[in-house]
Amino acid sequence: MSTDSRTGDAAVSEPDHVDHSLDVSPGVSPGAGSGEHGIVFDVSGVHLYYGDFRALRDIQLQIRCNEITAFIGPSGCGKTTMLRSLNRMNDLIEGARVEGKILYHGVDLYDGRVNPVEVRRRIGMVFQKPNPFPKSIYDNVAYGPRLAGTPRKDLDDVVEKALRDAALWSEVKDRLRASALGLSGGQQQRLCIARAVATSPEVLLMDEPCSALDPIATARIEDLMHEIKDKYTIVIVTHNMQQAARVSDRTAFFTTEVNETSDTRTGIIVEFDTTDRIFTAPSDQRTDDYITGRFG
Amino acid sequence: MTVLSTPSGTGPQAARARVEQALRGGKVDVWGRAFHLVVLAALLLAVLALVVLLVDMLTTGAPVLTGRLGGFLDGALRSQPGASGIRQGLVGTFWIGVFVVLLSFPLGIAAAIHLEEYAARTRLTRFIDVNIRNLAGVPSVVYGILGFTIFTKALRDVTGSPGSNGRTIVSAGLTLAILVLPIVIITASEALRAVPSGLREAGFGVGATRSEVVRHHVLPYAAPGIFTGTVLALARALGEAAPLILVGATSGYLTGADRFLELGALRERFTAMPTVITTWAGRPGREWEEVTAAAIVILLAVVLLANTTAIVLRNRFEKKRG
Amino acid sequence: MTDATGSLTIDALSGDRRRMRADMVTRLLVLAAAVTSILISALIIFSLAGEAWTFVSQVEVASLWTDGWFPRRGLYDIKTIVVGSLLVTAVAMLLAVPLGLGAAVYLSEYAPRQVRKVLKPAVEILAGIPSVVLGFFALTFISPEVVQRFAEGATQFNLAAAGLGVGILTIPLIAAVSEDAMRSVPNSLREASAAMGARKAVTVVRVVIPAAVSGLVASFIVAVSRAIGETMVVFIAAGATGGALFTTDVFGPGQTMTAAMASQAAGTDQVRGAGLTFQSLFFVGMLLFIVTLVLNLLADRFVRRVRQRY
Repeated sequence: MSTDSRTGDAAVSEPDHVDHSLDVSPGVSPGAGSGEHGIVFDVSGVHLYYGDFRALRDIQLQIRCNEITAFIGPSGCGKTTMLRSLNRMNDLIEGARVEGKILYHGVDLYDGRVNPVEVRRRIGMVFQKPNPFPKSIYDNVAYGPRLAGTPRKDLDDVVEKALRDAALWSEVKDRLRASALGLSGGQQQRLCIARAVATSPEVLLMDEPCSALDPIATARIEDLMHEIKDKYTIVIVTHNMQQAARVSDRTAFFTTEVNETSDTRTGIIVEFDTTDRIFTAPSDQRTDDYITGRFG
Repeated sequence: MTVLSTPSGTGPQAARARVEQALRGGKVDVWGRAFHLVVLAALLLAVLALVVLLVDMLTTGAPVLTGRLGGFLDGALRSQPGASGIRQGLVGTFWIGVFVVLLSFPLGIAAAIHLEEYAARTRLTRFIDVNIRNLAGVPSVVYGILGFTIFTKALRDVTGSPGSNGRTIVSAGLTLAILVLPIVIITASEALRAVPSGLREAGFGVGATRSEVVRHHVLPYAAPGIFTGTVLALARALGEAAPLILVGATSGYLTGADRFLELGALRERFTAMPTVITTWAGRPGREWEEVTAAAIVILLAVVLLANTTAIVLRNRFEKKRG
Repeated sequence: MTDATGSLTIDALSGDRRRMRADMVTRLLVLAAAVTSILISALIIFSLAGEAWTFVSQVEVASLWTDGWFPRRGLYDIKTIVVGSLLVTAVAMLLAVPLGLGAAVYLSEYAPRQVRKVLKPAVEILAGIPSVVLGFFALTFISPEVVQRFAEGATQFNLAAAGLGVGILTIPLIAAVSEDAMRSVPNSLREASAAMGARKAVTVVRVVIPAAVSGLVASFIVAVSRAIGETMVVFIAAGATGGALFTTDVFGPGQTMTAAMASQAAGTDQVRGAGLTFQSLFFVGMLLFIVTLVLNLLADRFVRRVRQRY
């Protein structure tokens, strides 16, 4: 079994016996009962390389179910790289490789037998610049479910549900066949969110979803995140500290350290804690400096 | 061209006058203007060449085109210019077009898809890339040798009936399809490269396989550009004569090969528009000149129409995409 | 570390069998298509190599340096056809480089948008004209109206007319590649020059053109390669069908490598003649293939240099 590094799709031969008995149904939270949510991603000792260049060093964090986790930090410190490694989107970049363990519900995400295509069905992504397909609104949302084999008769319901989740239904319900490119920026981004949740993923990764939008559209999406929090696990990368403080439950603060010898910068996590503590009583001076705007 | 004298004297008045004069400009920029005109002239001369050529062909061929257009299009190759027609040439050119479309378009587009969407950046890929670019620059007469050796000689029994010695439309069509293949690959590759990466990411992000991303998103987006490239390639193929000569197109007279849909004729001796023109061009006399020019006009009509359509469409799509 | 209830199995993440299979099949098909390109090159070399080698190994060295290229008589004076090719190419470049470069400069640096929209396609259309058309035009118009008018004693068939025809064919090539090269020079360079008070013409000549020089060189090499490989214009307009005497007179008939090949194939129904006539065809073809290959690789390197800088 080879993993084609450039294309990121594993050449998989069929397993002898597919055991679905222990599947985690996507969309349902298998939360532990003690008030602390269960761990979805367990990242430990992770280094990420592009070729010989080490982009991230010694990353350690956990993403908990039904929480919003934010990655903050100055530009170029690997937040997006970290985010994309959670759904194997970095596979698309030639020369990208991961060392260390990224466990998704206990399964090593980078195991050779794991198919990135299936991973991305369960872990959805919303990108910085809205990128709807040049198709109708309906076809945008229905695309993922169609691929996954959702029967035709259920598609209408799936599409409606996704659009409602994205708080877009009322605005588009009468023009589902219209081109998605005719929507405004904020609407397009919500469409991308609808598209992402249409496959009933468990996790939503959002890469600076509001950075291309105006403040009103941004506020709508932040509200949306609160609304859907109890159905999904959300990880968001943001440049906007206030947004992180408003929206997230936990925050990881990234920064770069300069490698003296090679004159490159490698991303590290300075601090990872509940948002409350990060923003009111950070343990590390660097975090404090960033929060208060002394740098970054 | 006036050169104003610099105001002399001191004091704020004079200084102000000096500045004003400097800004308003003294000398006219002669060399600059001349340069501008020279390069414009270059462009206009190039376009003029095109115009003169078209006008010359039209006027020379006018007697035939206006006088006996129907008979000209319908007639066969004859020894008398006044009775000659290009029908057999049109048949040959038509079938060559069919071969090119059916063979090189799918093959070329598929190869481009591999190079742009699937291939990892290995040495093999780079080698294929360089190889294709070189093939695009190989003279058409060398492709003629390829066609001659492989199709006319080695595969003689496949490409032609016993009497034809392999010098058939099949051989010619195959040869030209190969000639044009690198062009199709290169233009299709460019069209694929122009697809924004955000589109692919969106597809992957929703859990599509690479083939699904290519099939559902990349190809539809790149389709106009790919189409343009293939039309240009086809126009190129229809105008080539050297490979036809090498493969064995008839330069003399030809019996038969004058019906468009006669599949049996594909494995018989043949001719096509470019070789008809070549043959007639070598014959002395005003009457042959007229017939040659008329044939050229017909060929140009096809080729230039295809080219212009492709260019116009490409420009329009580029503008729409922004 | 608390684990979620119900762990996930790797099997569940292995994906839909049918879709994966379709993906694999597609991959293989397009790979096969790409590999055929290598097959084609191999076929070309294979087609040429055998007989070309026969020629090289069996030819009498004396016959390679004689009065002219008369393959059917066993006279294979290479310099006749090589010089012929060079003469035609030189004439072509004399026409195409100034016109092509000038047109490119105008389109890239001076042309207003509306003008560009009309004139650029006009030049591109020139590129689509089949070479047989240019050959006929060279014979019936360029030769009498241009060459014979300016050069006393020029014959009806002459290399100069053919060269001018080839030149017209290559103008759009030079124009397109050069214009691309100049347009990819970043505007910031032009602005910097203008900010220093340089006139536009000065900016173009001293800043833009030097910055684009790799692309310009590439366009020239590509044009030369195209000119050398051009067959039909010479075949129709330069007149030497059966064979040609060595000549350096552009105002008389002559033969190029390419037209020599076509002449041999078109001459009689059989390509064969005495001795190594047949093989000479392949020898010339091999020569052509190597020359254009070298030129194209060279041009490629220059084009890549342009891309790297910007």
